[in-house]
Amino acid sequence: MFKKILIANRGEIAVRVIRACHEMGIAAVAVYSEVDRAALHVRHADEACPIGAATASESYLNVPKILDAAKRSGVDAIHPGYGFLSENARFAQACVHAGVKFIGPSAAAMEMMGSKTRARQAMERAGIPLVPGAASGLESFEQAEQMAARVGYPVMLKAAAGGGGKGMRLVRTPKELTSALESARSEAERAFGDAEVYMEKAIINPRHIEMQVVADEHGNAIYLGERECSIQRRHQKVLEESPAPIVDSEIRRKMGDAAVRVAKAAGYSNAGTVEFLMDEQENFFFLEMNTRLQVEHPVTELVTGIDLVHLQIRIAAGEKLPFVQNDVQIRGHAIECRIYAEDPDNNYFPSPGMINLLMEPSGPGIRLDSGVYEGWNVPMDYDPLLAKLIGYGSDRVQAIGRLRRALGEYFVGGIKNNISLFRRILHHPDFRAGKVDTGFLDRMLKKQNSGQAGTKLSEAAVIAAGMFVAMGATVSASDPANAASGSKNNSGKAASGWKGAGRIEALRTNIGSHS
Amino acid sequence: MKYDVSIGGNHYQLELGRDASRWSCHLDGLEVDVDAIPVRPGVLSLRVGHEIYEVKCERKADHVQVWFRGECYAAEVRDPRSLRARTRAADDHGPRKLTAPMSGKIVRVLIREGSEVDAGAGVVVVEAMKMQNEIKSPKKGTVQKILVNEGTAVNAGDVLAIVE
Repeated sequence: MFKKILIANRGEIAVRVIRACHEMGIAAVAVYSEVDRAALHVRHADEACPIGAATASESYLNVPKILDAAKRSGVDAIHPGYGFLSENARFAQACVHAGVKFIGPSAAAMEMMGSKTRARQAMERAGIPLVPGAASGLESFEQAEQMAARVGYPVMLKAAAGGGGKGMRLVRTPKELTSALESARSEAERAFGDAEVYMEKAIINPRHIEMQVVADEHGNAIYLGERECSIQRRHQKVLEESPAPIVDSEIRRKMGDAAVRVAKAAGYSNAGTVEFLMDEQENFFFLEMNTRLQVEHPVTELVTGIDLVHLQIRIAAGEKLPFVQNDVQIRGHAIECRIYAEDPDNNYFPSPGMINLLMEPSGPGIRLDSGVYEGWNVPMDYDPLLAKLIGYGSDRVQAIGRLRRALGEYFVGGIKNNISLFRRILHHPDFRAGKVDTGFLDRMLKKQNSGQAGTKLSEAAVIAAGMFVAMGATVSASDPANAASGSKNNSGKAASGWKGAGRIEALRTNIGSHS
Repeated sequence: MKYDVSIGGNHYQLELGRDASRWSCHLDGLEVDVDAIPVRPGVLSLRVGHEIYEVKCERKADHVQVWFRGECYAAEVRDPRSLRARTRAADDHGPRKLTAPMSGKIVRVLIREGSEVDAGAGVVVVEAMKMQNEIKSPKKGTVQKILVNEGTAVNAGDVLAIVE
């Protein structure tokens, strides 16, 4: 077993992996950029290495610096988290050369699945159901025209080299095809440096259902249940759950077997996810394979009782899978909310800055994977994911109830966040009925948010505002000292916090006990 | 203490008093049974009658933001007798500051000092997390001063420009 692991990541996932290391008696080494010295993952680590400027390309994406930190701290293995270098085949290979174990699949498996078109070709050979279309990139407009006629409109153009909605175009009629193809190619070139675009039949309002797979380095592979990730805004996942409301054990077995065939066709090892689209007739089609641990892995952990990061570490250390397919039971229901530093009133624009108040939920069925703390200055240089809030229950109704309760306890002050979005989603009748598809959230957001708080609440607000002014017990958000960069310490804020607490104590004794 | 409080276009008169053991409260002349316990900086446990509210409060430049039960309220709280309340009315017709809504970097200055602008016209563009946000003039007037250049790093609340 490894003695020391370097986590080549930051934020909540780095904290999560460091916790797994500590749970297994393994020392954890963090890396941090100039704005992350005070970050939560560094605070949790046993050792930490500075790796350069805030810009990701100079730090968290910088292979030589990461490997240098690994060498200097003498680690046996590197866990890449998700994003950053986690699906970088060059990095996985460089780890091999450096004699450090990469906790994940081989570079070869990554490369096969990393190209969408090559992945499709491999899936065709393995007999996996695919969205009708072609695995190879479109080479000419004529070819695109013919294929669209064969497959039938509407069709979807997609970038071979990447995702996140870039290089994607929905084409409803033959007239739109030329301009859609041109703009998809140029967008793909700009986003991924690769203009290759391929075509699939467009499935209108599909459900995005993905299957967790895990394989050891001895040829064993099993599936660990599916996740529904249809709640997306502009192709970015926002809320995920397991199990998927419309998947019964029969569909699960079919999708799971297909996913395991995919993993074996790719020569896959360690944890991975096979993504499918499901149409309204409950047919499912291979979309892509993610060759890493995913953000939403906690919902699978909760319904299976399996710690995926522990498992990743064990697999990388050469152990065989400690269970067989029949041992895997899905029990209960879990739903995850991605808490982002975004402004829901301003088109979800990122909202970096100082968290001046943090009240985190806990209690039955609540898991919070947080990467932040009160007093932390969320930097502007990275993805603004603050935390993942997961509710677990014996069934979906209980999971929703617990999650709503927890959201009511959750408060992040000083920066904008999307907590209010989840209240709306969890309240929505279609969501509660499990009637969702990938268009659900964009449709919900288009509708006006009707909400006039009642008179009683407005009056309480008036009294509360007056009380605060009378007591002087407010937190000042616009104090420039609080908005300093992450590397400056927060001593000014801390000092005023103590002063404030002292004043409040004095007030408390004044108001005192009226027994 | 007497306050004029405005929330969402509605106006209220609030009277709060405190003796050794309890609060007294009158809202628009009607007595309300309340108490309030500060539980940590910025957080108050407020009782109004039998209802309990966990209230989070932030003081902004010209109002107080109050959060509870999933709702946020922007409240202007004025002490009708204070000098500041009297002069603030004049400010609305005077110079207005444009401040940065969050930390970021100025990527474009759209207007020159001395130019006329309409309310809502873009003055500077701030970039953060690879997205750009146009900061707009709060009123019709003249751009009296621009305090930043392209490339200036700004923090939330920094003054970017003054329009008079």
